[in-house]
Amino acid sequence: MSHHTTSIAGHGHGDHGQDHANHGTVKSYIIGFLLSLILTFGSFGLLMVEGVPRGWILPGIMVLCVVQLLVQLVFFLHMGTSESQRDNLQAFIFAVFVIAIIVAGSLWVLHNMNANMMPGM
Amino acid sequence: MSHAATVQPHGSGAHAGHHEHHDDGSKTTMGFWIYLMSDLLIFAVLFATFAVLGNATAGGLTGKEVFELPFVLVETMLLLVSSFTFGIAMLNMYAGNKGKLIGWLVATWVLGAGFVGMEIYEFVHFIDIGASPTVSAYWSAFFTLVGTHGLHVTFGLIWILIMIDMVRRYGLDATNKRRLACLSLFWHFLDIVWICVFTFVYLLGVY
Repeated sequence: MSHHTTSIAGHGHGDHGQDHANHGTVKSYIIGFLLSLILTFGSFGLLMVEGVPRGWILPGIMVLCVVQLLVQLVFFLHMGTSESQRDNLQAFIFAVFVIAIIVAGSLWVLHNMNANMMPGM
Repeated sequence: MSHAATVQPHGSGAHAGHHEHHDDGSKTTMGFWIYLMSDLLIFAVLFATFAVLGNATAGGLTGKEVFELPFVLVETMLLLVSSFTFGIAMLNMYAGNKGKLIGWLVATWVLGAGFVGMEIYEFVHFIDIGASPTVSAYWSAFFTLVGTHGLHVTFGLIWILIMIDMVRRYGLDATNKRRLACLSLFWHFLDIVWICVFTFVYLLGVY
């Protein structure tokens, strides 16, 4: 289509460097995928493999969860500190801040209420 | 489209128009990102609800009694691989390979449909054995949280089908690229939410 070809010619070289930073490469997707695989098997392994000390399981799956979130944010969603990503990063950090208040606050308040209920209720 | 026709008569004007067009795309992606952040808040509230009601099983079945980790691991793999195939689809889009883009989108769709199919099977199975949303607050919270994620994936599947058709009809024009960029964010975002689901619902449920 003519529309398509003109827009390619119009953008051309100027955007190319930025394109790479924003869209990732085959290599970055493969790295992200392999890391995610390892972290997922690690998480499930902690509970599915016999003989893992019980004290390791809870901190283990929490750490693996957070690490995998970061891996996918960086390698799949291309979140970073580059100029084009700054607004997205700010919105994300704000969302995480609000989520922390909501989740931690809910758990705190409702745990207290549960703890102060009459016995047997 | 008439765009190509306007390029010829006045060069500089078309250039300005082009810049505007480009800005428009990035603003749409930014706006879509803000939507995703608000969606993240919905999930956060559902996770908080699930956590608060984690022990409210009213003497009925608990998650520990019915969750099967190998099943959840396969679900997780389907979604994770689909996230990867979507990434490869996007790289082909930026490279202008329309055919490969569609091929990888189809692969993503099949994997995503496999995930939704497994989830529906799991839900039906749970309800069959007596772990339905009406049994206890725990199961209400479970079906709401996991079901909301499943619905998102379902809508993602519909969106992928629409985009496959759009790309076949209109090729890789700016509009389709912008929409696919948003869909890509949506799909990866759902994989990220699923990481929290399998960790906090299934793994902690079995722990």
